Amino acid sequence: MTALVALLALPLAGALAAVVLPHGAVRGMVPALSVAMLAATAVLVAGLSAQAPTRLKLGQWPPPVGIVLEVDGLAAALIAMTALVMTAAALAALRSEQPAAAGARAAFGFWPLMLLLWAALNAVFVSRDLFNLYVGLELLSLASVGLVAIGGKPEALAAAMRYMLFALVGSLLYLAGVVLVYAAHGTLDIGLLADRTPAKPDALALALMTAGLMAKTALFPFHVWLPPAHGSAPAPASAMLSALVPKASFVILLRLWFEAMPDRAQDGALVLLAVLGTAAVIWGSLRALLQTRLKLVVAYSTVAQIGYLFLVFPLAGGGSAEMPWSAGAWTGVLFLALAHGLAKAAMFLAVGQWMAVTGSDRLDAMRGLATAMPMTSFAFALAAVTLVGLPPSGGFTGKYLLMTSAFAAGQWMWALVLAGGGLLAAAYLYRPLAILFARADAPGPATLPTRGMQAIPLCLAGAAIALGIASETPFELLSIGRPAAAEDGS
Amino acid sequence: MSGVTLYALTGAALVGTGFFGLIAARHLLRRVLAFNLIGSGLFVYLGAAGARGGEADPVPQALIITGIVVALSASALAVGLIVALARARGRAMLPEEDVGG
Repeated sequence: MTALVALLALPLAGALAAVVLPHGAVRGMVPALSVAMLAATAVLVAGLSAQAPTRLKLGQWPPPVGIVLEVDGLAAALIAMTALVMTAAALAALRSEQPAAAGARAAFGFWPLMLLLWAALNAVFVSRDLFNLYVGLELLSLASVGLVAIGGKPEALAAAMRYMLFALVGSLLYLAGVVLVYAAHGTLDIGLLADRTPAKPDALALALMTAGLMAKTALFPFHVWLPPAHGSAPAPASAMLSALVPKASFVILLRLWFEAMPDRAQDGALVLLAVLGTAAVIWGSLRALLQTRLKLVVAYSTVAQIGYLFLVFPLAGGGSAEMPWSAGAWTGVLFLALAHGLAKAAMFLAVGQWMAVTGSDRLDAMRGLATAMPMTSFAFALAAVTLVGLPPSGGFTGKYLLMTSAFAAGQWMWALVLAGGGLLAAAYLYRPLAILFARADAPGPATLPTRGMQAIPLCLAGAAIALGIASETPFELLSIGRPAAAEDGS
Repeated sequence: MSGVTLYALTGAALVGTGFFGLIAARHLLRRVLAFNLIGSGLFVYLGAAGARGGEADPVPQALIITGIVVALSASALAVGLIVALARARGRAMLPEEDVGG
Protein backbone atom coordinates (compact mmCIF):
# COMPACT_ATOMS: atom_id res chain seq x y z
CA MET A 1 0.00 0.00 0.00
CA THR A 2 2.76 2.43 1.01
CA ALA A 3 4.71 1.33 -2.05
CA LEU A 4 1.76 2.18 -4.29
CA VAL A 5 1.42 5.65 -2.77
CA ALA A 6 5.17 6.19 -3.12
CA LEU A 7 5.10 5.16 -6.79
CA LEU A 8 2.54 7.88 -7.49
CA ALA A 9 3.64 10.61 -5.09
CA LEU A 10 7.45 10.42 -5.42
CA PRO A 11 7.67 11.36 -9.11
CA LEU A 12 5.06 14.12 -8.67
CA ALA A 13 6.95 15.60 -5.72
CA GLY A 14 10.18 15.15 -7.65
CA ALA A 15 8.76 17.02 -10.64
CA LEU A 16 7.82 19.98 -8.44
CA ALA A 17 11.21 19.89 -6.73
CA ALA A 18 12.97 19.78 -10.10
CA VAL A 19 11.28 23.07 -11.01
CA VAL A 20 12.46 24.96 -7.93
CA LEU A 21 15.79 23.33 -7.05
CA PRO A 22 19.04 24.56 -8.63
CA HIS A 23 20.33 22.48 -11.51
CA GLY A 24 23.11 20.73 -9.59
CA ALA A 25 20.72 19.62 -6.84
CA VAL A 26 18.32 18.20 -9.45
CA ARG A 27 21.11 16.14 -10.96
CA GLY A 28 21.80 14.74 -7.49
CA MET A 29 18.13 14.12 -6.75
CA VAL A 30 17.28 12.15 -9.91
CA PRO A 31 19.43 9.04 -9.21
CA ALA A 32 18.25 8.94 -5.59
CA LEU A 33 14.65 9.20 -6.75
CA SER A 34 15.17 6.43 -9.30
CA VAL A 35 16.61 4.12 -6.63
CA ALA A 36 13.63 4.88 -4.37
CA MET A 37 11.22 4.14 -7.22
CA LEU A 38 12.98 0.84 -8.01
CA ALA A 39 12.78 -0.12 -4.34
CA ALA A 40 9.08 0.78 -4.15
CA THR A 41 8.47 -1.26 -7.31
CA ALA A 42 10.23 -4.27 -5.79
CA VAL A 43 8.13 -3.99 -2.62
CA LEU A 44 4.95 -3.67 -4.69
CA VAL A 45 5.71 -6.70 -6.85
CA ALA A 46 6.79 -8.80 -3.86
CA GLY A 47 3.62 -7.93 -1.97
CA LEU A 48 1.33 -8.85 -4.83
CA SER A 49 -0.72 -12.00 -4.41
CA ALA A 50 -3.71 -13.47 -6.17
CA GLN A 51 -5.66 -13.78 -2.92
CA ALA A 52 -5.41 -10.19 -1.68
CA PRO A 53 -5.13 -7.63 -4.48
CA THR A 54 -3.44 -4.36 -3.58
CA ARG A 55 -6.38 -1.94 -3.54
CA LEU A 56 -6.49 1.64 -2.42
CA LYS A 57 -9.66 3.68 -1.95
CA LEU A 58 -8.53 7.28 -2.14
CA GLY A 59 -9.62 9.14 1.01
CA GLN A 60 -11.51 5.98 2.09
CA TRP A 61 -14.38 6.95 -0.24
CA PRO A 62 -15.98 3.90 -1.80
CA PRO A 63 -16.96 4.02 -5.50
CA PRO A 64 -19.02 5.38 -7.26
CA VAL A 65 -18.12 8.63 -5.44
CA GLY A 66 -14.52 7.69 -4.67
CA ILE A 67 -11.69 6.57 -6.91
CA VAL A 68 -10.19 3.10 -6.59
CA LEU A 69 -6.59 2.26 -7.40
CA GLU A 70 -5.82 -1.41 -7.84
CA VAL A 71 -2.62 -3.24 -8.71
CA ASP A 72 -2.97 -6.45 -10.68
CA GLY A 73 -0.26 -8.44 -12.44
CA LEU A 74 -0.59 -6.36 -15.59
CA ALA A 75 -0.17 -3.08 -13.69
CA ALA A 76 2.72 -4.38 -11.59
CA ALA A 77 4.60 -5.71 -14.62
CA LEU A 78 4.22 -2.44 -16.50
CA ILE A 79 5.20 -0.40 -13.43
CA ALA A 80 8.36 -2.52 -13.14
CA MET A 81 9.17 -2.12 -16.83
CA THR A 82 8.57 1.64 -16.54
CA ALA A 83 10.90 1.86 -13.55
CA LEU A 84 13.69 0.08 -15.46
CA VAL A 85 13.30 2.17 -18.62
CA MET A 86 12.97 5.47 -16.73
CA THR A 87 16.03 4.77 -14.60
CA ALA A 88 18.08 3.87 -17.66
CA ALA A 89 16.87 6.92 -19.59
CA ALA A 90 17.59 9.17 -16.60
CA LEU A 91 21.13 7.81 -16.23
CA ALA A 92 21.72 8.24 -19.96
CA ALA A 93 20.41 11.80 -19.83
CA LEU A 94 22.57 12.61 -16.79
CA ARG A 95 25.69 11.37 -18.56
CA SER A 96 25.02 12.89 -21.96
CA GLU A 97 23.45 16.19 -21.00
CA GLN A 98 25.12 19.07 -22.79
CA PRO A 99 23.35 22.23 -21.61
CA ALA A 100 25.29 24.41 -23.99
CA ALA A 101 24.23 22.37 -27.01
CA ALA A 102 20.58 21.84 -26.17
CA GLY A 103 19.93 25.26 -24.61
CA ALA A 104 19.24 26.21 -21.00
CA ARG A 105 15.51 25.65 -21.38
CA ALA A 106 15.97 22.04 -22.53
CA ALA A 107 18.18 21.27 -19.54
CA PHE A 108 15.65 22.89 -17.22
CA GLY A 109 12.55 21.32 -18.71
CA PHE A 110 13.69 17.74 -19.18
CA TRP A 111 13.63 16.58 -15.55
CA PRO A 112 10.18 17.90 -14.51
CA LEU A 113 8.65 16.55 -17.72
CA MET A 114 10.31 13.17 -17.30
CA LEU A 115 9.10 12.83 -13.71
CA LEU A 116 5.57 13.96 -14.62
CA LEU A 117 5.59 11.31 -17.35
CA TRP A 118 6.61 8.68 -14.81
CA ALA A 119 3.84 9.68 -12.39
CA ALA A 120 1.24 9.73 -15.18
CA LEU A 121 2.25 6.28 -16.44
CA ASN A 122 1.98 4.72 -12.98
CA ALA A 123 -1.35 6.48 -12.39
CA VAL A 124 -2.81 5.12 -15.63
CA PHE A 125 -1.61 1.60 -14.89
CA VAL A 126 -3.36 1.42 -11.50
CA SER A 127 -6.49 3.59 -11.95
CA ARG A 128 -9.88 1.89 -12.04
CA ASP A 129 -11.98 4.97 -12.76
CA LEU A 130 -12.59 6.14 -16.32
CA PHE A 131 -12.30 9.84 -15.48
CA ASN A 132 -9.18 9.36 -13.38
CA LEU A 133 -7.75 7.52 -16.36
CA TYR A 134 -8.64 10.54 -18.50
CA VAL A 135 -6.72 12.88 -16.21
CA GLY A 136 -3.74 10.51 -16.15
CA LEU A 137 -3.82 10.21 -19.91
CA GLU A 138 -3.87 13.99 -20.32
CA LEU A 139 -0.92 14.47 -17.99
CA LEU A 140 0.88 11.80 -19.98
CA SER A 141 0.13 13.44 -23.33
CA LEU A 142 1.07 16.94 -22.21
CA ALA A 143 4.37 15.77 -20.72
CA SER A 144 5.09 13.77 -23.90
CA VAL A 145 4.40 16.74 -26.17
CA GLY A 146 6.68 18.85 -24.00
CA LEU A 147 9.48 16.28 -24.31
CA VAL A 148 9.12 16.22 -28.10
CA ALA A 149 9.29 20.02 -28.35
CA ILE A 150 12.15 20.39 -25.90
CA GLY A 151 14.87 20.59 -28.54
CA GLY A 152 13.27 23.74 -29.91
CA LYS A 153 14.16 23.13 -33.57
CA PRO A 154 11.43 24.04 -36.11
CA GLU A 155 10.87 20.41 -37.15
CA ALA A 156 10.66 19.32 -33.50
CA LEU A 157 8.08 22.05 -32.84
CA ALA A 158 6.03 20.99 -35.87
CA ALA A 159 6.22 17.34 -34.78
CA ALA A 160 5.12 18.31 -31.27
CA MET A 161 2.24 20.38 -32.64
CA ARG A 162 1.04 17.51 -34.83
CA TYR A 163 1.28 15.18 -31.84
CA MET A 164 -0.67 17.71 -29.76
CA LEU A 165 -3.50 17.84 -32.32
CA PHE A 166 -3.81 14.05 -32.42
CA ALA A 167 -3.64 13.90 -28.63
CA LEU A 168 -6.32 16.59 -28.26
CA VAL A 169 -8.69 14.86 -30.67
CA GLY A 170 -7.98 11.57 -28.92
CA SER A 171 -8.79 12.97 -25.50
CA LEU A 172 -11.99 14.62 -26.73
CA LEU A 173 -13.21 11.34 -28.23
CA TYR A 174 -12.34 9.51 -25.02
CA LEU A 175 -14.00 12.21 -22.91
CA ALA A 176 -17.17 12.03 -25.04
CA GLY A 177 -17.33 8.30 -24.34
CA VAL A 178 -16.82 8.89 -20.62
CA VAL A 179 -19.64 11.45 -20.57
CA LEU A 180 -22.00 9.00 -22.31
CA VAL A 181 -21.07 6.24 -19.85
CA TYR A 182 -21.74 8.51 -16.88
CA ALA A 183 -25.04 9.71 -18.35
CA ALA A 184 -26.17 6.11 -18.84
CA HIS A 185 -24.89 4.44 -15.66
CA GLY A 186 -24.05 7.13 -13.10
CA THR A 187 -20.67 5.56 -12.37
CA LEU A 188 -17.23 5.49 -13.95
CA ASP A 189 -15.73 2.80 -11.75
CA ILE A 190 -14.58 -0.12 -13.92
CA GLY A 191 -15.59 -2.72 -11.34
CA LEU A 192 -19.12 -1.30 -11.04
CA LEU A 193 -19.41 -0.92 -14.82
CA ALA A 194 -18.67 -4.61 -15.25
CA ASP A 195 -21.85 -5.37 -13.26
CA ARG A 196 -23.97 -2.67 -14.91
CA THR A 197 -27.25 -3.22 -16.72
CA PRO A 198 -26.27 -2.81 -20.39
CA ALA A 199 -27.71 0.36 -21.93
CA LYS A 200 -28.12 1.53 -25.50
CA PRO A 201 -25.34 4.18 -25.58
CA ASP A 202 -22.73 1.64 -24.38
CA ALA A 203 -21.67 0.62 -27.88
CA LEU A 204 -21.29 4.24 -29.01
CA ALA A 205 -19.41 5.15 -25.83
CA LEU A 206 -17.04 2.21 -26.23
CA ALA A 207 -16.49 3.08 -29.90
CA LEU A 208 -15.70 6.73 -29.08
CA MET A 209 -13.30 5.85 -26.28
CA THR A 210 -11.62 3.21 -28.44
CA ALA A 211 -11.16 5.64 -31.33
CA GLY A 212 -9.62 8.21 -29.00
CA LEU A 213 -7.29 5.67 -27.45
CA MET A 214 -6.30 4.37 -30.89
CA ALA A 215 -5.15 7.89 -31.80
CA LYS A 216 -3.12 8.06 -28.59
CA THR A 217 -1.66 4.56 -29.06
CA ALA A 218 -0.71 5.48 -32.67
CA LEU A 219 -2.50 2.49 -34.15
CA PHE A 220 -2.55 2.53 -37.95
CA PRO A 221 -4.02 4.73 -39.54
CA PHE A 222 -3.59 7.19 -36.64
CA HIS A 223 0.17 6.61 -36.49
CA VAL A 224 1.33 9.52 -38.68
CA TRP A 225 2.28 11.71 -35.73
CA LEU A 226 4.53 9.12 -34.08
CA PRO A 227 7.65 8.77 -36.28
CA PRO A 228 8.43 12.51 -36.61
CA ALA A 229 7.67 13.07 -32.91
CA HIS A 230 9.79 10.20 -31.63
CA GLY A 231 12.43 10.96 -34.26
CA SER A 232 12.95 14.58 -33.24
CA ALA A 233 12.94 14.24 -29.45
CA PRO A 234 16.29 13.90 -27.61
CA ALA A 235 17.33 10.23 -27.44
CA PRO A 236 16.51 9.58 -23.74
CA ALA A 237 13.10 11.21 -24.30
CA SER A 238 12.52 9.09 -27.43
CA ALA A 239 13.31 6.01 -25.39
CA MET A 240 10.60 6.86 -22.86
CA LEU A 241 8.08 7.99 -25.46
CA SER A 242 8.44 4.94 -27.69
CA ALA A 243 8.82 2.31 -25.01
CA LEU A 244 6.22 3.44 -22.49
CA VAL A 245 3.70 6.03 -23.64
CA PRO A 246 1.75 3.93 -26.21
CA LYS A 247 1.47 1.15 -23.61
CA ALA A 248 -0.56 3.39 -21.28
CA SER A 249 -3.40 4.03 -23.71
CA PHE A 250 -3.24 0.37 -24.73
CA VAL A 251 -3.75 -0.65 -21.09
CA ILE A 252 -6.89 1.51 -20.95
CA LEU A 253 -8.13 -0.27 -24.09
CA LEU A 254 -7.58 -3.62 -22.36
CA ARG A 255 -9.42 -2.40 -19.26
CA LEU A 256 -12.36 -1.23 -21.36
CA TRP A 257 -12.73 -4.27 -23.59
CA PHE A 258 -11.91 -7.00 -21.08
CA GLU A 259 -12.96 -5.58 -17.70
CA ALA A 260 -15.54 -2.79 -18.02
CA MET A 261 -17.60 -3.87 -21.03
CA PRO A 262 -16.65 -7.40 -22.14
CA ASP A 263 -20.33 -7.94 -23.03
CA ARG A 264 -20.06 -5.30 -25.76
CA ALA A 265 -17.07 -6.97 -27.44
CA GLN A 266 -18.67 -7.89 -30.77
CA ASP A 267 -16.63 -10.23 -32.94
CA GLY A 268 -16.66 -7.83 -35.90
CA ALA A 269 -15.18 -4.98 -33.86
CA LEU A 270 -12.53 -7.25 -32.35
CA VAL A 271 -11.48 -8.47 -35.78
CA LEU A 272 -11.40 -4.87 -37.06
CA LEU A 273 -8.96 -3.94 -34.26
CA ALA A 274 -6.72 -6.86 -35.18
CA VAL A 275 -6.93 -6.01 -38.89
CA LEU A 276 -5.79 -2.45 -38.12
CA GLY A 277 -2.99 -4.00 -36.05
CA THR A 278 -2.03 -6.14 -39.03
CA ALA A 279 -1.99 -3.10 -41.30
CA ALA A 280 0.24 -1.36 -38.74
CA VAL A 281 2.68 -4.29 -38.73
CA ILE A 282 2.94 -4.29 -42.53
CA TRP A 283 2.93 -0.54 -43.11
CA GLY A 284 5.24 0.32 -40.22
CA SER A 285 7.75 -2.34 -41.29
CA LEU A 286 7.71 -1.29 -44.95
CA ARG A 287 8.22 2.36 -43.98
CA ALA A 288 11.04 1.34 -41.63
CA LEU A 289 12.74 -0.40 -44.56
CA LEU A 290 12.78 2.84 -46.55
CA GLN A 291 14.15 5.25 -43.94
CA THR A 292 17.63 6.72 -44.25
CA ARG A 293 17.75 8.03 -40.66
CA LEU A 294 18.29 5.39 -37.98
CA LYS A 295 15.98 7.14 -35.48
CA LEU A 296 13.13 6.96 -37.97
CA VAL A 297 13.81 3.26 -38.60
CA VAL A 298 13.45 2.67 -34.87
CA ALA A 299 10.36 4.90 -34.65
CA TYR A 300 8.56 3.18 -37.55
CA SER A 301 9.44 -0.12 -35.90
CA THR A 302 7.37 1.09 -32.93
CA VAL A 303 4.39 1.61 -35.28
CA ALA A 304 4.79 -2.01 -36.43
CA GLN A 305 5.28 -3.45 -32.94
CA ILE A 306 2.20 -1.65 -31.61
CA GLY A 307 0.25 -3.51 -34.29
CA TYR A 308 0.98 -6.90 -32.69
CA LEU A 309 -0.62 -5.79 -29.44
CA PHE A 310 -4.02 -5.51 -31.12
CA LEU A 311 -4.04 -9.21 -32.06
CA VAL A 312 -5.13 -9.87 -28.47
CA PHE A 313 -8.66 -8.64 -29.15
CA PRO A 314 -10.04 -11.47 -31.34
CA LEU A 315 -7.91 -14.10 -29.55
CA ALA A 316 -8.95 -13.27 -25.98
CA GLY A 317 -12.16 -11.23 -26.31
CA GLY A 318 -15.71 -11.79 -27.46
CA GLY A 319 -16.42 -15.43 -28.37
CA SER A 320 -12.85 -16.42 -27.45
CA ALA A 321 -13.14 -15.09 -23.90
CA GLU A 322 -14.37 -18.37 -22.40
CA MET A 323 -12.05 -20.51 -24.51
CA PRO A 324 -8.88 -22.22 -23.26
CA TRP A 325 -6.65 -20.24 -25.63
CA SER A 326 -7.61 -16.79 -24.32
CA ALA A 327 -5.20 -16.90 -21.37
CA GLY A 328 -2.25 -17.61 -23.65
CA ALA A 329 -3.14 -14.71 -25.95
CA TRP A 330 -3.53 -12.34 -23.00
CA THR A 331 -0.21 -13.26 -21.41
CA GLY A 332 1.55 -13.42 -24.78
CA VAL A 333 0.55 -9.93 -25.77
CA LEU A 334 1.72 -8.55 -22.44
CA PHE A 335 5.05 -10.32 -22.88
CA LEU A 336 5.33 -8.61 -26.26
CA ALA A 337 4.50 -5.23 -24.72
CA LEU A 338 7.13 -5.65 -21.98
CA ALA A 339 9.81 -6.97 -24.34
CA HIS A 340 9.14 -4.21 -26.85
CA GLY A 341 9.38 -1.56 -24.15
CA LEU A 342 12.77 -2.77 -22.89
CA ALA A 343 14.20 -3.42 -26.36
CA LYS A 344 12.95 -0.17 -27.89
CA ALA A 345 14.35 1.91 -25.05
CA ALA A 346 17.70 0.14 -25.48
CA MET A 347 17.65 0.92 -29.19
CA PHE A 348 16.92 4.62 -28.79
CA LEU A 349 19.58 4.99 -26.09
CA ALA A 350 22.08 3.23 -28.36
CA VAL A 351 21.16 5.50 -31.27
CA GLY A 352 21.60 8.49 -28.96
CA GLN A 353 25.18 7.42 -28.18
CA TRP A 354 26.03 7.00 -31.85
CA MET A 355 24.51 10.39 -32.63
CA ALA A 356 26.69 11.94 -29.93
CA VAL A 357 29.76 10.47 -31.67
CA THR A 358 28.87 11.04 -35.32
CA GLY A 359 26.74 14.16 -34.97
CA SER A 360 23.84 12.76 -37.00
CA ASP A 361 21.55 9.76 -37.16
CA ARG A 362 21.95 9.12 -40.89
CA LEU A 363 22.47 5.42 -41.47
CA ASP A 364 25.57 5.90 -43.64
CA ALA A 365 27.25 7.88 -40.84
CA MET A 366 27.10 4.81 -38.58
CA ARG A 367 29.45 2.70 -40.68
CA GLY A 368 31.81 0.57 -38.61
CA LEU A 369 30.76 1.94 -35.22
CA ALA A 370 30.63 -1.59 -33.79
CA THR A 371 34.43 -1.65 -33.58
CA ALA A 372 34.54 1.57 -31.58
CA MET A 373 31.48 0.95 -29.40
CA PRO A 374 31.10 -2.82 -29.08
CA MET A 375 28.82 -2.82 -26.04
CA THR A 376 26.34 -0.36 -27.52
CA SER A 377 26.27 -2.25 -30.79
CA PHE A 378 25.78 -5.55 -28.97
CA ALA A 379 22.87 -3.95 -27.10
CA PHE A 380 21.30 -2.87 -30.40
CA ALA A 381 21.73 -6.38 -31.81
CA LEU A 382 20.17 -7.99 -28.72
CA ALA A 383 17.25 -5.57 -28.91
CA ALA A 384 16.86 -6.50 -32.58
CA VAL A 385 16.73 -10.19 -31.60
CA THR A 386 13.82 -9.38 -29.28
CA LEU A 387 11.94 -7.28 -31.85
CA VAL A 388 12.32 -9.96 -34.52
CA GLY A 389 11.09 -12.50 -31.98
CA LEU A 390 13.99 -14.95 -32.01
CA PRO A 391 14.49 -17.30 -29.03
CA PRO A 392 15.37 -16.95 -26.20
CA SER A 393 14.07 -13.38 -25.99
CA GLY A 394 10.93 -12.03 -24.32
CA GLY A 395 9.66 -11.18 -27.79
CA PHE A 396 9.90 -14.85 -28.73
CA THR A 397 7.96 -15.96 -25.64
CA GLY A 398 5.21 -13.47 -26.43
CA LYS A 399 4.96 -14.45 -30.07
CA TYR A 400 5.06 -18.15 -29.20
CA LEU A 401 2.17 -17.79 -26.74
CA LEU A 402 0.17 -15.73 -29.23
CA MET A 403 0.85 -18.14 -32.07
CA THR A 404 -0.13 -21.18 -30.02
CA SER A 405 -3.32 -19.38 -29.09
CA ALA A 406 -4.03 -18.43 -32.72
CA PHE A 407 -3.66 -22.02 -33.90
CA ALA A 408 -5.75 -23.36 -31.01
CA ALA A 409 -8.45 -20.86 -31.92
CA GLY A 410 -8.30 -21.84 -35.58
CA GLN A 411 -7.51 -18.18 -36.40
CA TRP A 412 -4.29 -18.99 -38.22
CA MET A 413 -4.17 -15.66 -40.07
CA TRP A 414 -2.98 -13.93 -36.90
CA ALA A 415 -0.15 -16.46 -36.70
CA LEU A 416 0.78 -15.46 -40.24
CA VAL A 417 0.91 -11.82 -39.15
CA LEU A 418 3.26 -12.74 -36.31
CA ALA A 419 5.56 -14.75 -38.57
CA GLY A 420 5.48 -12.24 -41.44
CA GLY A 421 6.03 -9.33 -39.08
CA GLY A 422 9.08 -11.10 -37.68
CA LEU A 423 10.53 -11.53 -41.17
CA LEU A 424 9.87 -7.86 -42.00
CA ALA A 425 11.51 -6.81 -38.71
CA ALA A 426 14.53 -8.93 -39.58
CA ALA A 427 14.67 -7.14 -42.94
CA TYR A 428 14.52 -3.58 -41.62
CA LEU A 429 16.88 -4.27 -38.72
CA TYR A 430 19.41 -6.09 -40.91
CA ARG A 431 20.35 -2.87 -42.69
CA PRO A 432 21.45 -0.84 -39.64
CA LEU A 433 23.20 -3.90 -38.17
CA ALA A 434 25.08 -4.57 -41.40
CA ILE A 435 26.22 -0.94 -41.54
CA LEU A 436 27.25 -0.94 -37.86
CA PHE A 437 29.31 -4.09 -38.17
CA ALA A 438 30.87 -3.12 -41.51
CA ARG A 439 34.64 -2.64 -41.68
CA ALA A 440 35.54 1.04 -41.55
CA ASP A 441 37.85 3.48 -39.83
CA ALA A 442 36.69 3.98 -36.26
CA PRO A 443 36.45 7.53 -34.89
CA GLY A 444 39.13 8.62 -32.41
CA PRO A 445 38.83 7.32 -28.84
CA ALA A 446 38.46 10.82 -27.38
CA THR A 447 34.86 11.14 -28.54
CA LEU A 448 33.64 7.75 -27.37
CA PRO A 449 31.23 7.25 -24.46
CA THR A 450 32.54 5.44 -21.41
CA ARG A 451 31.94 1.75 -20.75
CA GLY A 452 29.49 2.63 -17.98
CA MET A 453 27.50 4.68 -20.46
CA GLN A 454 27.57 1.88 -23.02
CA ALA A 455 26.34 -0.55 -20.37
CA ILE A 456 23.01 1.30 -19.97
CA PRO A 457 21.36 0.15 -23.23
CA LEU A 458 23.02 -3.23 -22.78
CA CYS A 459 21.28 -3.72 -19.44
CA LEU A 460 17.90 -2.90 -20.99
CA ALA A 461 18.42 -5.19 -23.97
CA GLY A 462 19.66 -7.88 -21.59
CA ALA A 463 16.49 -7.49 -19.54
CA ALA A 464 14.42 -8.01 -22.71
CA ILE A 465 16.31 -11.27 -23.34
CA ALA A 466 16.09 -12.31 -19.67
CA LEU A 467 12.32 -11.91 -19.95
CA GLY A 468 12.41 -14.89 -22.31
CA ILE A 469 15.01 -16.97 -20.46
CA ALA A 470 13.43 -16.57 -17.01
CA SER A 471 9.89 -16.32 -18.31
CA GLU A 472 8.27 -18.20 -15.43
CA THR A 473 8.30 -15.35 -12.91
CA PRO A 474 6.79 -12.71 -15.23
CA PHE A 475 4.35 -15.34 -16.50
CA GLU A 476 3.04 -15.94 -12.99
CA LEU A 477 3.01 -12.23 -12.23
CA LEU A 478 0.93 -11.46 -15.32
CA SER A 479 -1.66 -14.08 -14.41
CA ILE A 480 -2.49 -12.32 -11.12
CA GLY A 481 -5.86 -10.62 -11.43
CA ARG A 482 -6.26 -11.55 -15.08
CA PRO A 483 -9.74 -10.35 -16.09
CA ALA A 484 -12.49 -12.95 -16.17
CA ALA A 485 -12.77 -12.37 -19.92
CA ALA A 486 -9.26 -13.76 -20.40
CA GLU A 487 -9.42 -16.46 -17.73
CA ASP A 488 -8.17 -19.93 -18.53
CA GLY A 489 -11.33 -21.68 -19.67
CA SER A 490 -10.01 -25.25 -19.68
CA MET B 1 -38.80 21.66 -23.68
CA SER B 2 -37.36 21.20 -20.21
CA GLY B 3 -34.28 23.03 -19.03
CA VAL B 4 -32.22 19.87 -18.93
CA THR B 5 -33.03 19.04 -22.56
CA LEU B 6 -32.11 22.58 -23.56
CA TYR B 7 -28.74 22.19 -21.82
CA ALA B 8 -28.11 18.86 -23.50
CA LEU B 9 -28.98 20.25 -26.94
CA THR B 10 -26.75 23.29 -26.36
CA GLY B 11 -23.93 20.95 -25.45
CA ALA B 12 -24.50 18.91 -28.61
CA ALA B 13 -24.55 22.07 -30.75
CA LEU B 14 -21.26 23.25 -29.20
CA VAL B 15 -19.65 19.87 -29.91
CA GLY B 16 -20.88 20.01 -33.51
CA THR B 17 -19.61 23.56 -34.06
CA GLY B 18 -16.26 22.71 -32.53
CA PHE B 19 -15.95 19.55 -34.60
CA PHE B 20 -16.51 21.56 -37.77
CA GLY B 21 -13.84 24.05 -36.69
CA LEU B 22 -11.37 21.31 -35.88
CA ILE B 23 -11.70 19.85 -39.37
CA ALA B 24 -12.15 23.02 -41.43
CA ALA B 25 -9.64 25.40 -39.82
CA ARG B 26 -5.98 25.28 -40.75
CA HIS B 27 -4.89 28.11 -38.48
CA LEU B 28 -3.68 26.39 -35.33
CA LEU B 29 -5.16 28.93 -32.95
CA ARG B 30 -8.61 28.35 -34.46
CA ARG B 31 -8.13 24.64 -33.89
CA VAL B 32 -7.31 25.16 -30.24
CA LEU B 33 -10.45 27.30 -29.92
CA ALA B 34 -12.45 24.54 -31.62
CA PHE B 35 -10.99 22.04 -29.15
CA ASN B 36 -12.19 24.24 -26.30
CA LEU B 37 -15.67 24.50 -27.85
CA ILE B 38 -15.97 20.71 -28.02
CA GLY B 39 -14.72 20.36 -24.46
CA SER B 40 -17.20 22.95 -23.19
CA GLY B 41 -20.01 21.25 -25.10
CA LEU B 42 -19.17 17.92 -23.49
CA PHE B 43 -19.12 19.52 -20.05
CA VAL B 44 -22.51 21.18 -20.60
CA TYR B 45 -23.90 17.81 -21.67
CA LEU B 46 -22.36 16.13 -18.61
CA GLY B 47 -23.88 18.79 -16.38
CA ALA B 48 -27.27 18.19 -17.96
CA ALA B 49 -26.87 14.45 -17.42
CA GLY B 50 -26.13 15.09 -13.76
CA ALA B 51 -29.19 17.31 -13.30
CA ARG B 52 -31.72 14.69 -14.38
CA GLY B 53 -34.20 13.44 -11.83
CA GLY B 54 -34.63 16.73 -9.98
CA GLU B 55 -31.73 16.80 -7.50
CA ALA B 56 -28.24 17.76 -8.61
CA ASP B 57 -25.62 15.00 -8.70
CA PRO B 58 -22.33 16.37 -7.28
CA VAL B 59 -20.06 13.97 -9.18
CA PRO B 60 -20.47 15.59 -12.63
CA GLN B 61 -19.71 18.97 -11.08
CA ALA B 62 -16.45 17.67 -9.67
CA LEU B 63 -15.66 16.04 -13.01
CA ILE B 64 -16.41 19.24 -14.93
CA ILE B 65 -14.19 21.36 -12.70
CA THR B 66 -11.35 18.87 -13.08
CA GLY B 67 -11.97 18.71 -16.80
CA ILE B 68 -11.82 22.49 -17.13
CA VAL B 69 -8.44 22.52 -15.37
CA VAL B 70 -7.18 19.81 -17.72
CA ALA B 71 -8.48 21.65 -20.80
CA LEU B 72 -6.89 24.88 -19.57
CA SER B 73 -3.48 23.22 -19.16
CA ALA B 74 -3.76 21.61 -22.58
CA SER B 75 -4.77 24.91 -24.19
CA ALA B 76 -1.90 26.74 -22.48
CA LEU B 77 0.63 24.23 -23.77
CA ALA B 78 -0.93 24.27 -27.25
CA VAL B 79 -0.87 28.07 -27.45
CA GLY B 80 2.73 28.10 -26.23
CA LEU B 81 3.65 25.64 -28.96
CA ILE B 82 1.79 27.70 -31.57
CA VAL B 83 3.71 30.82 -30.57
CA ALA B 84 7.02 28.95 -30.75
CA LEU B 85 6.09 27.43 -34.10
CA ALA B 86 4.94 30.78 -35.51
CA ARG B 87 8.23 32.37 -34.41
CA ALA B 88 10.21 29.57 -36.07
CA ARG B 89 8.21 29.37 -39.29
CA GLY B 90 6.60 32.78 -39.58
CA ARG B 91 3.10 31.29 -39.77
CA ALA B 92 0.88 29.52 -37.24
CA MET B 93 0.23 26.48 -39.42
CA LEU B 94 1.67 23.02 -39.77
CA PRO B 95 4.18 22.84 -42.65
CA GLU B 96 2.22 20.19 -44.59
CA GLU B 97 -1.05 22.16 -44.37
CA ASP B 98 0.42 25.55 -45.21
CA VAL B 99 -0.58 25.72 -48.87
CA GLY B 100 -1.85 28.92 -50.44
CA GLY B 101 -4.23 31.05 -48.35
